[in-house]
Amino acid sequence: MMARLRIPPTAIFGILVLALFIGMALFGPWIVPYDPDTTVGRTWTGPSAEFWLGTDNIGRDILSRVISGARTTIGLALVTTILSFAIGVSLGIFAAVAGPRVDAVLSRVVDMFLSIPVLIMALIVLTALGSSIPTLILTIALLDSTRVYLVARAVAVDVASRDFVDVARLRGESLPWIMAHEILPNALPPLISEFGLRFCFNFLYVASLSFLGLGVQPPQADWGGMVRENGQAITFGILAPIWPAMAIAIVTVAVNLIVDWLLSRNTRPSGASAEL
Amino acid sequence: MADTAILEIRNLRIEAQEHVLVDDVSLSLRRGEVLGLIGESGAGKSTIALAAMGYARAGCRITGGEVRIDGTDLRGIGPAGRQSYRGVRIAYVAQSAAASFNPAIRLVDQICESPLRHRQMTKAQAQERAVELLTKLGLPDPQALARKYPHEVSGGQLQRAMAAMAVIGRPDILVFDEPTTALDVTTQLEVLALIKKIIAGEHSAALYISHDLAVVSQLADRIMVLRGGRMVELGSCAQILTAPQQEYTAALVAERDHSQPLMRPLPDDPGAPLLRVDGVAAAYGATPVLRGVTLDLHRGETLAVVGESGSGKSTLAKVLTGLLPPVAGRVALDGRPLPQHYRSRSTEELRRIQLIHQLPDMSLNPRQSVGKIVGRPAALRSGLTGARLRARVEELLALVGLPAAFADRLPPQLSGGQKQRAAIARALAAEPEILICDEPTSALDQLIADDILRLLIRLQGELGLSYLFITHDLGIVRRIAHRTLVLLKGQTIASGPTADVFTEPMHPYTRNLLVSVPQMRPGWLEEVMAGR
Amino acid sequence: MTRWCCATASGSGRCCTYLGQSLTTQTPIVEAIGPRLVSTLRLAGLTALVSVPLAIGLGILSASREGTVLDRSLAIGALAAISFPEFFTAYLLILVFSVKLGWFPNLSTIFPEMGFWEALNAMVLPVVALACLVTAHMMRMTRTSILAVMSQPYIEMAFLKGVPRSAVITRHALPNAAAPIIAVVAMNLAYLVVGIVVIEVVFVYPGLGQYMVDAVAKRDIPVVQACGLIFGIAFIGLNLLSDILAVLVNPRLRRPNRGR
Repeated sequence: MMARLRIPPTAIFGILVLALFIGMALFGPWIVPYDPDTTVGRTWTGPSAEFWLGTDNIGRDILSRVISGARTTIGLALVTTILSFAIGVSLGIFAAVAGPRVDAVLSRVVDMFLSIPVLIMALIVLTALGSSIPTLILTIALLDSTRVYLVARAVAVDVASRDFVDVARLRGESLPWIMAHEILPNALPPLISEFGLRFCFNFLYVASLSFLGLGVQPPQADWGGMVRENGQAITFGILAPIWPAMAIAIVTVAVNLIVDWLLSRNTRPSGASAEL
Repeated sequence: MADTAILEIRNLRIEAQEHVLVDDVSLSLRRGEVLGLIGESGAGKSTIALAAMGYARAGCRITGGEVRIDGTDLRGIGPAGRQSYRGVRIAYVAQSAAASFNPAIRLVDQICESPLRHRQMTKAQAQERAVELLTKLGLPDPQALARKYPHEVSGGQLQRAMAAMAVIGRPDILVFDEPTTALDVTTQLEVLALIKKIIAGEHSAALYISHDLAVVSQLADRIMVLRGGRMVELGSCAQILTAPQQEYTAALVAERDHSQPLMRPLPDDPGAPLLRVDGVAAAYGATPVLRGVTLDLHRGETLAVVGESGSGKSTLAKVLTGLLPPVAGRVALDGRPLPQHYRSRSTEELRRIQLIHQLPDMSLNPRQSVGKIVGRPAALRSGLTGARLRARVEELLALVGLPAAFADRLPPQLSGGQKQRAAIARALAAEPEILICDEPTSALDQLIADDILRLLIRLQGELGLSYLFITHDLGIVRRIAHRTLVLLKGQTIASGPTADVFTEPMHPYTRNLLVSVPQMRPGWLEEVMAGR
Repeated sequence: MTRWCCATASGSGRCCTYLGQSLTTQTPIVEAIGPRLVSTLRLAGLTALVSVPLAIGLGILSASREGTVLDRSLAIGALAAISFPEFFTAYLLILVFSVKLGWFPNLSTIFPEMGFWEALNAMVLPVVALACLVTAHMMRMTRTSILAVMSQPYIEMAFLKGVPRSAVITRHALPNAAAPIIAVVAMNLAYLVVGIVVIEVVFVYPGLGQYMVDAVAKRDIPVVQACGLIFGIAFIGLNLLSDILAVLVNPRLRRPNRGR
């Protein structure tokens, strides 16, 4: 029975919002009302007709900075997640099909890194090595890839236990062929949901690190850094730090809504809703 | 009239998301009567049985009709009312005992749960009756066993506990949902006798659901045949078996009649054996599974390997294909020794032996089109590409009776029988000489299974294939196997031409196997139990 | 850094309080860390106290009313809570409860001379901010665990014995969901360890997280490493605890097969 494509309103909302912000990231430089790096008004003015979201701690237009920050913030998280996935998925599937010894060794190594909290490790590494974009991306991607490895391996083991993988082996197919043609197509649905989930985590990590002073360094504008710069305004009731923080929240909500929808497509209602 | 119906279902209609599961089914059950519900998978038998208890699984709704127990319509009394009937007036016996018990609660608490909740007896009374029932059902040391957790007792013991749990409340109606379907033939016999004893002992009415006519014929007074959610025929047991009115019923009855052998005669001089297995022993880790099996397979012949679960028959298939290297013994193909691990075998050696699995859902990649599934081995064999490859794929599909258009379909779009045909086409694409069939029809409905069997025999004649046919179904063995090998716990019990293996003098295990296959004549069960 | 780790590890055999000297203050780190660790533990403990029962309760409620309006509203709320960065939740709370309503202070600088209630008052907002995130995560996972158990065949058997839904959930589902729920709780408390850093910075709460971030700004590497070590140990410890508890709660793993 082919299920009709019925997208719930929450997922539609998520998709639209995400599309909006991706548009911001792609076309930012052309749609900003003011130059994001130039002082154009007084500090910390509230929202007005001139500056829709007000001005920040040195008088720059917040709306422009939010729009131009989209590219850095979303882009960073995307690159990190793509890298973490490339590593995690290939190692995970490899561990599932390469035999028990390879699996045991890989899993032990990954277990070691799993027990390290990502944020804390990132703080240590970035302090020691200095905070640059490549270091940021690599640190988070490497640590996050361990979580992806777990999921990818679990899914791949499940797929690999099915007879058609044995059939491929008995045909003399090479390991890369089996991984790409037999395992991966069947592992995609849960992995896509996982991608969305990891994106959210990485997105929040990058934002938090920028907020704490590591992460993206000025004058590059990323949302976490903007929150940091304007943090003190909140005590005066000025909304300046709220806008970039809200942008982070909205993007994460949108992706989570989409992920939830994807996950719910594969689950049937449980016994909790049986008719009594 | 004293014979009022204890259970009466009228015009029952049950729907799921988009389609109708049960359409206008009516039945009535008198006190003490056993009604068998027969049908293939998807016929709606379980759904009807659950509806008799006023229950519908998540995603399903009872949308029409009445379900009356002793006159009261369950659909009209609300959830609390229905709960008061369940376990008290009508009780359910599930297919699997392991699935009926909560692993975190002791057996005695689960057995006594229903009568306690419905305030039929005090805790002390319930526990006493539980122990009494367990004793009657033949369990040793019932007091201690009742205090155990489900995972601490064996499967057979758990089944008896499940029976105790169902009858403790002295229900008027028992619903048996395929209780013997997943069991070995010999175990099935014991469970059938047990069920008969329970029904007689409690004088309860019963709904017995199964797909196996022979099994149902031993217990039921009347039989209802279902198909696609609709009733096909309803009649007394004798009438259904001897004089079915509908074509579908007749087909079901005939399929169980195993008098017609299908196999073709062998050439007089079989020549040297194509496959020679000599004293092969295999183990999973430290657990031995096969202990020295020897067999020969000649060209064009079908050798059946018969055994119940735990006999090692599937392990034999793994050893022969090279997935599990043996710990002792040798395998020779066409006189030359075959490397033990598949990685050490040449492409030629790999392609000459092909395997057909039991479950087509697991053996076909659901994300690859049938064309790719069949085409890849064909391409590897013949080096064809493009349009010529496509033509070859269509040729193979035609050979197994699938239309060429199926090449673009994905396995989930195919039915069980069609998937199995695709799996056979894939095996044939490699142009093998030996086909190891590991219970290829066990997961299919009977009529479809019959078609697949006929297909395999036809292919054997056309292509000169040799089959190693692994099965637990003696009916199949006698229809298609030239020679038979019987395995018990990894050892060969009997071996030779099929007719010889199943004629006296027989090994006691073989005799037991043969005798345990349910026959459709009434009274068979009593005879067998008396003979033990 | 590897050398430092090994030195600390071997050093801990001799004198387990040697963590190095702060580059900025030139004093042993141990002296500064002690009180801050206690503060952080207080914050974490209070949050755990509030969030664990709330999360489990809401998770059970949500699962038993699967598909209803209540379930969906809780799901949306939880989704929002896990999607908001901690500083966003924190600033929102400050804006509403501190600036506009003036109920609570916006800075949670606590000093030993403070009275008990005053200190508690200063901790309310940080605890709420932290609890939002952690409760939401735990609630979602609790709900998932219970629903997973509810799709088991023995649950259907319980319904068919005439057991009402509430009893099925409490007597049959919960004992089996207990193990995964406990694992989830322990795992999320580990995330608490991480979220606390941001919250302490926003509220200027004198804990270990604040200390670490200050050291980051001043490039005081020994301090950063020492704090990281402590956080790491807490993280690992909680994960280990969750594994152990999961085994203890599951009778199957506690009493190995004797019947077969």
